[in-house]
Amino acid sequence: MSISAIRSQFPILDQEVNGHPLVYLDSAATSQKPIAVIEAMDRYYREYNSNIHRGVHTLGTRATDAFEGAREKIRAFIGAKSSKEIIYTRGTTAALNLVAHSYARAKLTEGDEIVITPMEHHANLIPWQQAAKATGATLKYIPLQEDGTIQLEAVRETVTDRTKIVAIAHVSNVLGTINPVKEIADIAHDNGAIIVVDGAQSTPHMKVDVQDLNADFFAFSGHKMSGPTGIGVLYGKQSLLENMEPLETGGEMIDFVDYYDSTWKELPWKFEAGTMPIAESVGLAAAIDFLQDIGLDAIHQHETALATYALERLETIEGIQIYGPRDRVGLVTFNLGDVHPHDVATVLDAEGIAVRAGHHCAQPLMKWLGVSSTARASFYLYNTTDEIDALVEGLKKTKEYFSDVL
Amino acid sequence: MSFNNLDQLYRQVIMDHYKNPRNKGQLDVEDKLTIDMNNPTCGDRIQLHLQVEDNKIVDAKFTGEGCSISLSSASMMTEAVKGLSVDKALHMSELFSEMIQGNDYEEEDLDFGDIQALQGVSKFPARIKCATLAWKAMEKGIKGNQ
Repeated sequence: MSISAIRSQFPILDQEVNGHPLVYLDSAATSQKPIAVIEAMDRYYREYNSNIHRGVHTLGTRATDAFEGAREKIRAFIGAKSSKEIIYTRGTTAALNLVAHSYARAKLTEGDEIVITPMEHHANLIPWQQAAKATGATLKYIPLQEDGTIQLEAVRETVTDRTKIVAIAHVSNVLGTINPVKEIADIAHDNGAIIVVDGAQSTPHMKVDVQDLNADFFAFSGHKMSGPTGIGVLYGKQSLLENMEPLETGGEMIDFVDYYDSTWKELPWKFEAGTMPIAESVGLAAAIDFLQDIGLDAIHQHETALATYALERLETIEGIQIYGPRDRVGLVTFNLGDVHPHDVATVLDAEGIAVRAGHHCAQPLMKWLGVSSTARASFYLYNTTDEIDALVEGLKKTKEYFSDVL
Repeated sequence: MSFNNLDQLYRQVIMDHYKNPRNKGQLDVEDKLTIDMNNPTCGDRIQLHLQVEDNKIVDAKFTGEGCSISLSSASMMTEAVKGLSVDKALHMSELFSEMIQGNDYEEEDLDFGDIQALQGVSKFPARIKCATLAWKAMEKGIKGNQ
C-alpha cells in the first residue's frame, strides 16, 4: 500500500493544528486509529453489543464469538501455542502488574533476585520494586553500555542462580534499541529464572513470535498498535499461568461460588474478572488485520528508514544532542542545546508538530543519561520523510526563537 | 496559534527572568523552610528556601531545573513575596492561580509587576502547571509551617 493510501485510512491525520497541517510524531505514546478499527467498534455498538459468556440470546453469542475470535487472532499474531495463554488486560501496565503480583509475590522469598535494566519504562520497573520490597528479594540492574545497548556479557555477569525473574523491554521507548531478548531468555533459563518481556514498543512495529523468543511472559497494549485504548494482553506460558492465583476476583472468572469458598474457571478466563473490554477486543482484532494486511516487515522497514533519515537530517542541526545508538526503531530522543524540551515541544506545537517532552516514564534512564527530560519524535506506518523535514524546520525555528536567550 | 501567540507566551520579561533568574541559590540562614517540589509529569523540580519571621517572608531563594516558564515563574514569585506577610503571600498565590487560568482577578494592593507577563500562559493549558510549580511550593512551605 502506498503511503498516501495508508494515510487516507487515518482520518485524524487530515487536519490543521494551529494553522498548520498536523504532523503527528508521538505514536510511541499512542498511535492513531485507522477507519477499519473505528468502524469495527462502531458496528459492535450498533449491531451486537451484549455481555459475553452469559446470555443465552443471539446478541450475546455474537459478542462472545467476536471476543473469543479476537483472542484467537491475537494468539496467531504473536505465535502463542494456545489461546489459553492469551489473557486480556487493561494494557501493558496491568499485564506486568498481574505477573508481579500473581507470580512474583507468590514465588519469591528473601535472597531471591529480580533482574531488570535502567532503561525500563516505569511500568516494568515499579511493579518489581514493589514485589522486591514485599518479598525481601533483591532488585538488580544489568548495566548498560555507553550507547545505551545491552551486552550479553553484562547479562551473564548480573544473572545468577539466585535470580528468579528477568524483566526487560523488548524495545526501549526512549533509546529505540531492540534488546536481544531471545539470547537474554537463554541466559535467564540457564540460571533457572523466567523472563518477562515488556513488548509495548515492539509489538506494534515488528513481527513478534513469543515461542521463538522463548518468553515466559510477554505484555503489550492495543492502543500503541493502532487499536483502541483500554485493552492489552498478557501472554504467559500455560504451565506458569496454571499455577498462578488470580489477581482480581469477581464476576465471570468463577467456576463455583459458595458462602465461604469459590473455585475458578480454567485458563484464560480465571484472570478475567468483571465485564471485559469487549468493543476494544473487536477493535484490536481489526487493528491486527489492518497491520497484517500491510505487513509487519514492511512497517518495520518503513520505520527504520524513517529513523535513518531522521538521524541524518537532525544531525545537521547544530547543538542537538541525540540519545541512543544508530541502530534503532522509528523513534529519536533528543535535546536541543539548553532549550528545555517543554519549550521545544511548545514551539513545535505552534507549527502543528506533536512530539513528546518529559521523562517518558523512564526517570532512572533520564538519570543514567544525565538529563531531567528530553524531547522525543516517534514514527509509525503513516509518517513520511516530509514530516521529518517539517520537524527539522520546526527545530531550526525553535533555535532561532530562543537564540537571544540561550 | 502562531508565532504571535508564542510571543505572548515567551514575553521578553519572562525570558529575562529565565536568563537572569533573581534569588537563585540557597538561603544561608539556619532557620529556614526548605520545600522540594516537582512536576511528576515532566520531571521539572524546584527547591525553595523561605525565611519566615513573625509571619512575614523575610527572604526567599530557589534552585531547580525546568523549562523557561517554570524557572522564570520561580524567579518572579520569590521577588514578589519577599516582604509580604504569609497571609498576603498565600492570597497572592490564589490570585496568581486565577490569572494563569485566564480568569478575572483583582490585583488589590498586591504588586504583580513582572508576573503579569505570565498571563499568556493561560492560552497554553499544557504549560499552566509549569507556571504554578514555584507558587505551589511556597504554599506548601507556609501551610506546613502554620
